Amino acid sequence: MSPVSTSNSRLIYDALKSCGVRLMSALPETWLVHLIRMADDDPEMTLVRLAKEEEGVGISAGAYLAGVSSAMLMQNHGFLASVNGIVSCAQLYRIPLLMVISQRGSFGERDPWQTEGGAVTENVLRALGIAYDRLSEPGHVARRIAHARTLAYSSNRPVALLLERDLMWEDAG
Amino acid sequence: MAMLRIDALRALYPELESRVVVTIMGAVAAELQSIGHRNNFFYLQHAMGLASSMGLGIALTRPDKQVVVLDGDGSLLMNLGGLTTMARYKPGNLVHVVFDNESLLSVGGFPTATSTGSDLAAIAAAAGIPRTATVRTVDALTAAVQEALAAKELTTIVAKVDAVGPPAYVTDLALLENRFQFQRYLQGRS
Repeated sequence: MSPVSTSNSRLIYDALKSCGVRLMSALPETWLVHLIRMADDDPEMTLVRLAKEEEGVGISAGAYLAGVSSAMLMQNHGFLASVNGIVSCAQLYRIPLLMVISQRGSFGERDPWQTEGGAVTENVLRALGIAYDRLSEPGHVARRIAHARTLAYSSNRPVALLLERDLMWEDAG
Repeated sequence: MAMLRIDALRALYPELESRVVVTIMGAVAAELQSIGHRNNFFYLQHAMGLASSMGLGIALTRPDKQVVVLDGDGSLLMNLGGLTTMARYKPGNLVHVVFDNESLLSVGGFPTATSTGSDLAAIAAAAGIPRTATVRTVDALTAAVQEALAAKELTTIVAKVDAVGPPAYVTDLALLENRFQFQRYLQGRS
């Protein structure tokens, strides 16, 4: 059994769907496996599996202009790999993106290769002027996702939700 | 070489008029606008590589529309992985035209890897795009685009063109004006 929380992944998935998301782009990473499987199993959801996360910016922009709400599921390193697309597509053209980012490399991280990204992700979000919030407790997941989506659409700007270890990982060690 | 991009765009224009068109920045955007802007044309004036991803996003969410992406060699080389994503979902309503002038024209004409033998149609075919072609004349390009639109199968057409562009790249159409026009068109509000 993966220690990634199935029940909290379900909460996140249902909250995204409740606020109208009908397309998800994704590149697999450990914390996202259940979310990606839920999207794949849902006939009402279009799942687009990517080669690199930046493609997701273009796909979400196209879907948005065509009238379909989307979310981008990615690791924080995927967000870092997408920065030019975010700036020169989504921000330049005022496209609301709902970025759901697994915040690897925070306290408790055992994988040495995740640690640098964890240290810089929030600074990069702030430098880009992207509004973001953290998802760390099941009780606030639905409300924060709905609020993020609302601000994205009212401001015509990308927003980000950081999936934190306390929410995603059941192994307390 | 023999084909000028502006001549190719003029010949393709009747096919583009009723389709959703997404172009890259630079010469393609400026030349298409010089022939005639329409609300169903969107010019991605930066974010090199993502025009094909935007076209894919529209094609997947709007199966009722035929989408034509006008890409370039420099842009496609920045998002070769996107070919594998397009091939994975194979939307039959997406035609991907790549104007290959073997250079980064708008920044001074520096040669791209297609000038030293990289074959974008072969890369697209190997990525799994079901229909691919390389064309060198306006007539061959027009025929290939018409066939792809009629076949309703994902197609990448590489059009070899001269490295010649318009006198200016900035046009009178503001980026956001274009974006809101295009959104209204796609959502049936214009």
